[in-house]
Formats: sequence, C-alpha cells, structure tokens
Amino acid sequence: MQFDSFSDFLHMGGYGFYVWLSYGVGFVLLLLLVLISKTQHNSVKQQIAKRQQREAKLRQAAEQHKQENKISTDKVSTEASS
Amino acid sequence: MNHQQPLSYRSAFMLILKRDLTIAFRHQDDIFNPLLFFIIVVTLFPLGIGPEANTLSRIAPGIIWVAALLSTLLSLDRLFKSDHEDGSLEQMLLSPHPVFILVLAKIFAHWLVTGLPLILIAPVLAVLLHLDENSYLALMLTLLLGTPVLSLLGAIGVALTVGIKKGGILLSLLVLPLYIPVLIFATSAIDTAAMNLPYSGQLAIIAALFFGSLTLAPFAAGAALKVSTN
Amino acid sequence: MWKWLHPYANPEKSYHFTGKLLPWFNYLALIFLTVGLTWALLFAPPDYQQGESFRIFYLHVPASILSMGIYLGMAIAALSSLVWQLKLADASAAALAPVGAVFTAIALFTGAAWGKPMWGTWWVWDARITSELILLFLYLGVIALHNAFEDKNLAGKAAGILALVGAINLPIIHYSVEWWNTLHQGATVSKFGKPAMAAEMYWPFLICFFGFSFLVAAIASVRFRTEILARNSVRPWVKALVLAKEDK
Repeated sequence: MQFDSFSDFLHMGGYGFYVWLSYGVGFVLLLLLVLISKTQHNSVKQQIAKRQQREAKLRQAAEQHKQENKISTDKVSTEASS
Repeated sequence: MNHQQPLSYRSAFMLILKRDLTIAFRHQDDIFNPLLFFIIVVTLFPLGIGPEANTLSRIAPGIIWVAALLSTLLSLDRLFKSDHEDGSLEQMLLSPHPVFILVLAKIFAHWLVTGLPLILIAPVLAVLLHLDENSYLALMLTLLLGTPVLSLLGAIGVALTVGIKKGGILLSLLVLPLYIPVLIFATSAIDTAAMNLPYSGQLAIIAALFFGSLTLAPFAAGAALKVSTN
Repeated sequence: MWKWLHPYANPEKSYHFTGKLLPWFNYLALIFLTVGLTWALLFAPPDYQQGESFRIFYLHVPASILSMGIYLGMAIAALSSLVWQLKLADASAAALAPVGAVFTAIALFTGAAWGKPMWGTWWVWDARITSELILLFLYLGVIALHNAFEDKNLAGKAAGILALVGAINLPIIHYSVEWWNTLHQGATVSKFGKPAMAAEMYWPFLICFFGFSFLVAAIASVRFRTEILARNSVRPWVKALVLAKEDK
C-alpha cells in the first residue's frame, strides 16, 4: 500500500485532479459504450419481433379475408342452385 | 461476322476523357466555382489575420495548400454524381473494359478541369500573400505533384458516398484525414525553399505518394463504385 | 484450417459461439481490471520523476495500444471480407469501429490530462499525439459511413473499403507527422520480453492491459451479435430466436 490514508489516496501527491479526471472520463466513456451496445442489441431484437408480429397479423387477416370470401361465394352458389 | 472490334485500353481511356471534358466545358461554372472559392478563401486570411507582410509570408504555404484541399473537396462531388444519377455510371461499370481504366480516365479529366486551373492561379495568390521569392518554383512543383493525389484519393471518397443522399459533408469527413501527408510535405517543401535549402526530399515523397495513389486509388474507387451502384 | 473455420462462417453458429464466449470475456475483464486497477492505483510505486501522476499510465498506454490494435483488427477483417467475401468479417469490422473510437478518445484524453501536469500544457502537436487524433478521425469516418447506408450489407462493404484505405494511409500519416520535433517520451513498453521499466510497474500494467483487452472482446462480441441479427433479420433461425426470447 502506497498511501497512508484515504485522503492521501484521493490527493495522489498533488496530481489528484488529473489522475481522477483521466480515470473518471475513461470510466464514463466505457460505461456509455457498454450501455449503448446493449441497448442497440435489445432494440434490434425488439424490431425483429415487432416486424414478425406485424407479418403474423397480416397473414391472419389475409386468411380471414380468404375464408370470408369463400363463405360468401358458397352462399351465392347455394342460392343460385336452389 | 459482324463483330465490332473491342476498344483498346487506350481508346477506352481517351473516349471517357473526351466525354468528361466535353461535359465539363458545357457546364463552365463547375470549373469556375471551385476556382473562385479557392481565391476567396485565400483572400479571407489576410483580412482575418492582418496585413503584416512577415506574418503572411510565414503562413502563405499553409493557406494556399489548405485552400487547395478545400476547393478540390468542393469539386469532387461532380466526379461521379451526375453519371450516377442518369445511370451512365452503371453502364460504364457493365462495359467489358477494366474499371481501373474508366475510373482513371474520369479522375484525370477531373484533375484537368479543377487541379490545373488551381496551379495556374496559385502564383497570383502567392503574390497577394507575400510568399518568399525563392518559394515560387517549389509552390508550383508541389501543386503539380500534389493536386493529382488529391483527386485520386478524393475519388475513393466520392465513390463510397455517391449512393448516399447527403454525402457532401460525409465526404469531407472521409477524405480530409487522407490528405494530411500531402499537406505536410508540400508546405514543408515550400518552407524549406524559402530558406534556400534543397527541398528535393519532400518532392520525392510527394512523387511517391502520387505514384502510390495512382496505382492503388483507382482500384479502391472501382471497388467502392461497385458497392455504391450495387 | 479452412475446414475448422468453416462452421464459424455460418452466422447462426457464430452467433451462438460468441454468445457462449461472452460471459467468459465479462468475467475475465472484471477480474483482470479489478486486480490490475487496484494494484495500479494503490500498490504500484510512484515514479521517481513523475510521482503519482504516473498512475494515468495504466489507463493511457493500454488504451493507446488497443486503439491501434483494434484498427489493425478492423482492417484485417475488412480485407478478408473483400477477398474471401466473408459477410461475417465485415460484421466484425463494423462491430469493432465504435469500440476503437472510444479507446482512441480515452487515449487522447488521458494523454492530455497527463501532459498538463508533466509538460505544463494540455495539448502538444507531437507526432504520436497527432497521429492518434487522426486515427480518431479515421474511426469516426468509418462509423459515419457505416451509419449512412440503410442496407447493412452494403454499409459493411463500404466501411470496409474505407478502413483498408485508412490502414494503408495510417503509416504514411504517422511518418509524415513525425516530421516535427517530438516532446513525447520514447516508447517505454516496446517489447514484451524486455520491460524498460521496473517489474512492480510492469506487472500491474500487463494485467490492466489484458483486462482492457478482454473488455474490448466482450463489447465487440455484443456488437458483433447485434450486427449478425440486423443482417439476418429475415432468416428463420433469427425469428425462432426472437420468439423464444418473447416467450420467456
């Protein structure tokens, strides 16, 4: 241990400001990089999930539409035959 | 047998060169605007710094060269943009000739209409900035060897950004760092000449940069164009 | 070697592979950085000339070495993506660029904060500092170009070409910048075998360096995985993966 007390440690032999400024800025920049990388990863996943849901909905709607059409044409054909 | 004789490399080169020069001479403001920009930027410096002849002659090489970089940058946009927009660029890339030849011809045409006028007007501006009398030859030689490097390296940047809508500012961000060696050696050659010392070393390095970029830059620009036109 | 490498050229396999590696990188970075920085800040002796300000060294030097190393890695990835058409290679180049930019910024900033008490000024136009600044510009150019493209596959290729052009230019820029007389001290850690400094300073430095390297690996693999997902968003395995995540 190179320092006698905690305040000694903070003081850094007179260079405290510069040492802690360097480490502080370094820490903040790295933290930002980590956080941004993680949020980007999650947002890409969310975007893919959203697009999938939208596609699923569209597919469902299309199928429903098809079925309704089928029913109505069936009706028409039965009415015509009777 | 109605096969057309395929064009030789030289005639393909000349064809593109002629075409680009014709287009350039039809839009004459494309030639004059960068030149005018160059002159205005150089005149702004004495107004900002003050008219003392000593200060001006000390910083003249740097001012002229930085202004040359910026005006080249302004004119670069035209290198591929209009051809990209009307589709002729894709046609050229599809042609059987190596992209290297086509890109080189376009770059050479660009240098003829932007680099050459710059070199011709530079001595006049040097007079305005009280450049040392020993330095004029060095100024001309560095510009002669250096401006082609600017066009060659710039072509890579334009080729990369030609497909992007707002590529202008991005282009300067990409290209300006690459111009630094030319700037350093050119200004150092002019400074050395002012002290009446031999500056052939710096000139040799600029020449090396010129030949290096002459062989490599058209390849890189061709690859970039293929990405951009996709 | 190609047979061995082949499965990892598959996006799905490499996604899961980096996913398995990621926790290891995290733990290793955490352990090495905790040990290294505690040693560096508390136990390493002060320099006989620079006093306690020397402790900036343990952040400054790893950051500057990594800033250049990451650029080299990016350029190699870009080259292999152009030559062998490896799509994953340009994904990794794209993943590395922001990490490299941050380390370059840290190296510049800590250098300034170290220079102020030692040389009496925040900034000197010294060769190595200037090259580092230009390196930052090159990184920012690659990132900006990558962001400008909508299509991530095109973006990767374009940014790769730029990274390669920059890599060819970097030595030229460095030597041209060295024309100025330099205030910067000579390289202290030139070779791994022969430390030019005392062992009780060299060891904490080495541990910090490995800690930061693992941190780079961890961040880069997170970003690499993001790039893979973004480029393969229509593939079935990505869809299944996202669905499985939703169910949880």
